[in-house]
Order: sequence, then structure tokens, then C-alpha cells
Amino acid sequence: MPHGTTIVALSFPHGVVMAGDRRATMGNYIAQRDIEKVFHADDYSCVGIAGTAGIAIEMVRLFQVELEHYEKIEGATLSLEGKANRLAQMIRGNLGMAMQGLAVVPLFAGYDLETDVGRIFSYDITGGRYEEHKFHSVGSGSLFARGALKKLWQEELSPDDAVLCAVQSLYDAADEDSATGGPDLTRRIFPVVATVTTDGYRRLSDDEVGAFVDTVIAGRMDNPGGPPAPLR
Amino acid sequence: MTMPFGYVSPEQVMKDRADYARKGIARGRSVLVLAFDGGILFCGENPSRALHKISEIYDRIAFAAVGKYNEFENLRMAGVRYADLRGYSYDRADVTGRGLANVFAQTLGAIFTQESKPFEVEIAIAEVGQTPDEDQIYRLTYDGSVAEERGFVVMGGQAEQVHTELEQRYQPGMTLADSLSLAVELLGRDPAGGEHRTLTGPQLEVAVLDRARPRRTFRRISGPLLDRLLGHEPSEEGPHVPTPDEKDTSPPTALAGGSHEPPGPVRNDDEA
Repeated sequence: MPHGTTIVALSFPHGVVMAGDRRATMGNYIAQRDIEKVFHADDYSCVGIAGTAGIAIEMVRLFQVELEHYEKIEGATLSLEGKANRLAQMIRGNLGMAMQGLAVVPLFAGYDLETDVGRIFSYDITGGRYEEHKFHSVGSGSLFARGALKKLWQEELSPDDAVLCAVQSLYDAADEDSATGGPDLTRRIFPVVATVTTDGYRRLSDDEVGAFVDTVIAGRMDNPGGPPAPLR
Repeated sequence: MTMPFGYVSPEQVMKDRADYARKGIARGRSVLVLAFDGGILFCGENPSRALHKISEIYDRIAFAAVGKYNEFENLRMAGVRYADLRGYSYDRADVTGRGLANVFAQTLGAIFTQESKPFEVEIAIAEVGQTPDEDQIYRLTYDGSVAEERGFVVMGGQAEQVHTELEQRYQPGMTLADSLSLAVELLGRDPAGGEHRTLTGPQLEVAVLDRARPRRTFRRISGPLLDRLLGHEPSEEGPHVPTPDEKDTSPPTALAGGSHEPPGPVRNDDEA
């Protein structure tokens, strides 16, 4: 069955960006080349999924409904911590399936209205919830993406630079991991990129992401390894 | 045929219940639902920021109620649950105002006949369509009867007078600012014929279903945006609500029982 692969998220001042490649794999086959793995959770948060696509997408759907339902019933939105905890419980509920090999490992990120910062939460299959600072990645290409993020992430990234950073790291993941899809230039299929800031959730249009992808590709023509980090 | 002692005919029981419910509803203040060119407007007098009479149910559906707070809050929550469950089980497009009105009608009808006391509520369910022709407004009363209304619905204390006046002055395709000022003017009428009141932003609860918005079309209008609309700004400003919208950050709705309705205009009890 299809598996989703790489998701990255990184914070920047007063916001967070999340991006995911578009490939789903079934063993060594490509199951889908334009799958979407980064979703709107509510107006101030997003969720990206890696792992068994069917279960993961269903979990996200339920998560979205729960957040919206709470908001309408109570007349107030859940705190970001509250949302992160609720998602942890849902992952814990899938533990039985995860032990049989159908794991779902989401990455959750959002804008905290109380503290005015972007925050990132990662999970393990038992529902363990860990807050990440700066950046994080999940999925099969996550190690390569995280290596890239470690070198590229900086304290005061502008929102645009944060998006570029995410696209660069996904490129590196696709470069090393066969299950992660790189930008598909012939079909114009690009990563799904979303930002969450004080203005709320926003998914970048294909044209916007296309511009970032073009920048990345142009750079890699000269230096296939991507932007070099200063040695000292 | 001998009548057992204390026999009350079903006709009398139903009549008493209806009178009881009507009396309860008439005590509260009115809420207006009006279709305008860019969507559907909800407007009521309600100084409370936390206890709403107007609420979102689903993407294109909203709910307005008058009467006893704990009773219509009960219905509202059931409505949200119904809509969210439907949308999750099937698809968001499969949640319709008609379906919801049916559910409410069943519930209200059952309560009216089976419980010892009917709900003292009147409800409007509105669904904004892709075009003004597809807008739907349903009005439900305490006994479970449903009526589909064209253009507007008035509920609550001064409903009859306001309704008569709206019939003359309401026109399809009004702008948001025009329909809001009409609604606010009518809400400020004194049924006893006294002086008209001019209601201001903090006294009002205003919301719209904005046709132009994607997905969740319900937005509350309060604060500076409401003041601007009430200030009779040039009505060419546009059919739909300007963004950024007012985010609803009110604290959780209290669910205490009893009547939280602010006292309405004084009425002579014998005319009820």
C-alpha cells in the first residue's frame, strides 16, 4: 500500500513553514507522483504525514473535524498545545496497527496566538509528543533533509528564505532517498508548501513554489550539492 | 359518556402548550435574518459577547434563535454534531440546510408532543447558495413546524410589527450596509409605540454567511468593522464583508440553565 515519504518543517520569527514532497511509494514502485501530504489542520496550524497514506489521511480528516467541531461547540479555538495533545492521542490509538507495520508519523506545526511564535511538534508511533525547536523532518528522506536544514537554518530567516530553505532540504532528501520525489519539472509538480503566521494558514500556489524551485535548480546547476556552508 | 375527573382534551393541551411557548418567546428580543446580495445577514440585539444567539453550523449554514438560551443552545449543539458527523461520514457538500431543518423539526415536534413542557424557542436555519436564487432560509417554531421563507425571517418579541414593515421595505439584492442599517433600525423600534432607540455596536450581535468566501463562509462582525458598517459608509464598498474578519475569540459559552436572555422591552402581559 502507498507510503508517504518526506515532510519538513522549520520555524522563522512569528511563524512556521511546512513542506512535503509529492511522492507516494509502494515498495519500489511509485504509487502516486502528485500526492499531497501537508494539510490545513485549522486556521492556525498544519499537519504533514509520513507513513501509511490511507491511515494517515483518514487520521488527518478526523483531526480536522475534531478541531473545527471543538471550535464551533465551544466558541473558541483549542490552544496549540491542546491540538498537539489531541493528535498524540489519535496516534496512540493507532499503535496496534503501527506494530503490524502500518505506522503513521505526522508532523504538526502551528502559530501560537498566545506567544506569537511558530511551533513544531513531532511524534513517535506510541503517541509520544515532542516539541522541536528550529526545524524537524519526518519520513524516509528525513535524515537527509534534516542534515540540509541543520546547515541552512538560521535564527532570523525571512518567510521567503524559510520557504527556500524548506525546498532546498526537500531537494537534498530527493537527491539521496529514492522514495522521496524531487521537483518534477516536466509535469510541473512541485512540493506542497504551507506557512502559518499571524495571518493564519496559507498554502503557496504552484506558481509561487515554482519560483522557489527554479531558484534551487538554477543554483544546483553550478553546485549540485546545494549552497555550501562556510567551513569556519 | 362520563369524563374522568380532571380530563383535559388534547386540543386544550396543545393549545396551552402553544400559548406557553409563545409567551416565553415573546418576552425576548428579536433576531432578523435577511438575504442581501453578497450572502445572508443575521442581526439581533444581544449585549452578551459570550452567549450567542447566532452561530455557525457548517460551511454554508448558520443558525439563529430566540427564546430560552439553554434550550436553543441544546439544539445548536445537536445541529453542529449532526453537520460535522455527516460531513465526515460522506462529504462536506452533503450537509444541507434542508437536512438540518428536518432534524430540528423532528426534535422540536417530538419535544412539543411528548415532553411536559415545549421548548420556548424559535429558530432560523439559513444556507447561503452559490447565487442569491439558491439561498435558503428556514424558520422553525416551537411545535416543529417548518417554513421556507424568501428573503427574510423575523423572530422574537416584536416579530409581527417588524415583519409587516420588512415586507414593505425589504428588497432583494440590497447591499450589506443597507440591509444592516434597515435591520438595526427595525430592532430599535418600540412595540408600544414609544421613542425609537438607536442601537450601537456593543448592543448588537451581527454575523454573515458570505457567499464569496471559500469553505467556511460564516463570519461574525463586531468591533471596528461593525462600527464602520453602521456608520453608513458609502454602500458601494462592496457586497461582501471586508477582510480581515473579526476572529471569534470569546471565551467558551457557558452552559448554565435558566434564562440568560436580557430583559426585552416591557410588554403588557394581558396582551400576550
